[in-house]
Amino acid sequence: MFTFLIDEELKLLQIEDLSVDIEGRRIIEGLRLIVEEGESHVLLGPNGSGKSSLLMTILGYPKYKVKTGTILFKGVDITDLPTTDRVKLGVGILFQHPPAVRGVRLGDMINVALGNKSEEIYTLEVTELAEELKFNSDFLERDVNLGFSGGEVKRSEIMQLVAQNPDFIMFDEPDSGVDVENVELIGGVMSELLDRDKRPSARKKSGLIITHLGFIMNFVKVDRAHVMLGGKIACSGDPKEIMSEIMSDGYERCVRSCQN
Amino acid sequence: MSELEKAKKAKSKPAAFGTDVDLEKYSLDADDHSTLSSMDELPEEIQEVLPMCGVNPTGKSRSGSFFQLDHSVMLSDSTSKTIELMSMPDALEKHNFLKGYVWNAVPVDTDKYTARTELNQTNGYFIRSIPGSKETFPLQACLFIGKQGLSQNVHNIIIAEEDSELNIITGCSVSHNVTSALHLGVSEFYVKKNAKVTFTMVHNWAKDMEIRPRTGIIVEDGGTFISNYVCMEPLKSLQQNPKAYCTGENSRVTFQSILYASEKSKMDVGSTVFLKGKGSKTEIMSRAISTGEGEIIARGHLVGESPDVKGHLECRGLILSDSSGIHAIPELEARTQNLELSHEAAVGKIAEEEVLYLMSRGLSEDEATSMIVRGFLNVDISGLPEELAKETKKMIKMSMEKAL
Repeated sequence: MFTFLIDEELKLLQIEDLSVDIEGRRIIEGLRLIVEEGESHVLLGPNGSGKSSLLMTILGYPKYKVKTGTILFKGVDITDLPTTDRVKLGVGILFQHPPAVRGVRLGDMINVALGNKSEEIYTLEVTELAEELKFNSDFLERDVNLGFSGGEVKRSEIMQLVAQNPDFIMFDEPDSGVDVENVELIGGVMSELLDRDKRPSARKKSGLIITHLGFIMNFVKVDRAHVMLGGKIACSGDPKEIMSEIMSDGYERCVRSCQN
Repeated sequence: MSELEKAKKAKSKPAAFGTDVDLEKYSLDADDHSTLSSMDELPEEIQEVLPMCGVNPTGKSRSGSFFQLDHSVMLSDSTSKTIELMSMPDALEKHNFLKGYVWNAVPVDTDKYTARTELNQTNGYFIRSIPGSKETFPLQACLFIGKQGLSQNVHNIIIAEEDSELNIITGCSVSHNVTSALHLGVSEFYVKKNAKVTFTMVHNWAKDMEIRPRTGIIVEDGGTFISNYVCMEPLKSLQQNPKAYCTGENSRVTFQSILYASEKSKMDVGSTVFLKGKGSKTEIMSRAISTGEGEIIARGHLVGESPDVKGHLECRGLILSDSSGIHAIPELEARTQNLELSHEAAVGKIAEEEVLYLMSRGLSEDEATSMIVRGFLNVDISGLPEELAKETKKMIKMSMEKAL
């Protein structure tokens, strides 16, 4: 009975009353967000509304100081855990602007994402994965993100995520700076990663996707949309309805109509 | 004035860079060691150290081996018909022409270290490839110190005759029981017309050692000289600044250095290239890491003296501790129009953003840091024959694993 109850109430990601400072400046204020297992949500909102900061806070980047509230993941309070431990619990991310790391090849990154030791030379497993995703094997030999084009960054990030296969994946603007062809390819892989092709009850993976124009939603079906404004989730609802309101009336009015 | 007189006058002349070494502290006397027919006859404890500096005790995949312990040349054996290998005194006796090469690329009165090498020379090697020859396997040379407090003063001369190719691996190391000694090594390279020399050197010294190599390289028309230098073990002080003279038209010089200054190591390492020949080119690249209380001065100096020359200098430094330091000094000097000299220097601590990026794929902070350090030192070794490049990479990796 007791176990049943816990299971019933267990949310994959549960954020309550979250306030975050970066360099002494409040960027997230009293935020609440719940993502259930098997669900994928989009996060909309104007520049500077705190979307990326929320992702970095969930990931545990030290620059983002949690001042109030808690982040529960799989029932574990991860609010003060280091990034590595969160990742080990099943948190993953696609970065919008990942740093270039000289001398560390994309193949090495994928090796790490597969859970192999960092000093191991990457194996056939990596090469096969690259082939599956139609990547040239030369691409694996390049220093990660060094001189990558916008599309290459996205593809490299996606490949690392496929290798890592996290339970909860955050995507920071997967559709920005990428041509249509690549968005389709990325959207396809995202749908697979997020179990979107399975029937709802069989979906285990969850996602939180930041998108500016909602373009990626043409390729990835999502369950719920949230609009962030001034460091809060100002409004949540059906993705299509919210998107169309934003498109016709802008963020502010969408939020106002949502709150009335 | 004879070289000997010049040396006498320069006996106490301080070097341009680096801390001044008290030469009197180090003894010139060493026991004689008998010759060997192969390096695998060396005591186990010496053999163990050799692979750490790229020397293969079995001599396998090598075109010859030279081994000097303290002052004694114990082995000098070339298995190649096209490469001459012997001790310097033997070579001077055999070849009359060699006198013209001695102190020609490095002035004898450069400083008190070159002077001591002239006044108290303790062997060294002579390597020469005959014209038009190409030996795929590298030749290996090892200068080893087994006596505490010794001053080893070697003089080496390397000549690649016209259209020949010469690949050399040198390793310098010490016995387990040696902590303090002085190594002076004068090396003069002569790369003739259309010849190519690759020179890979690994220093594997001990924590109270003082090292003062003095190197000069003269490259003629169409000649190529490529140097790879690796020093990852702690030592007291190292100062070197090899000078390459691209005198020939379209000559090429490349210097790559990997430095890791740990504990209290003081390294002052540079490379200087004079681009004199029309269309000559050079590239200097260094990777420096300081940790503990290590200090590195990474110098690079390009001098363009004729039109159409091109030079690039790249220096990257990573500081891993607050009590260590790196000082990069890139210098570009143009003496004529129509040339291109450039440099790129970056010194700093490991970028937190990079560490976090690796952590976000599941590595711990320590694992991420060490992967970035490895990556930083993972330089592309260009210009070496494929097998040798692979082996050199392995060698660098090995000394890296040991140091980290």
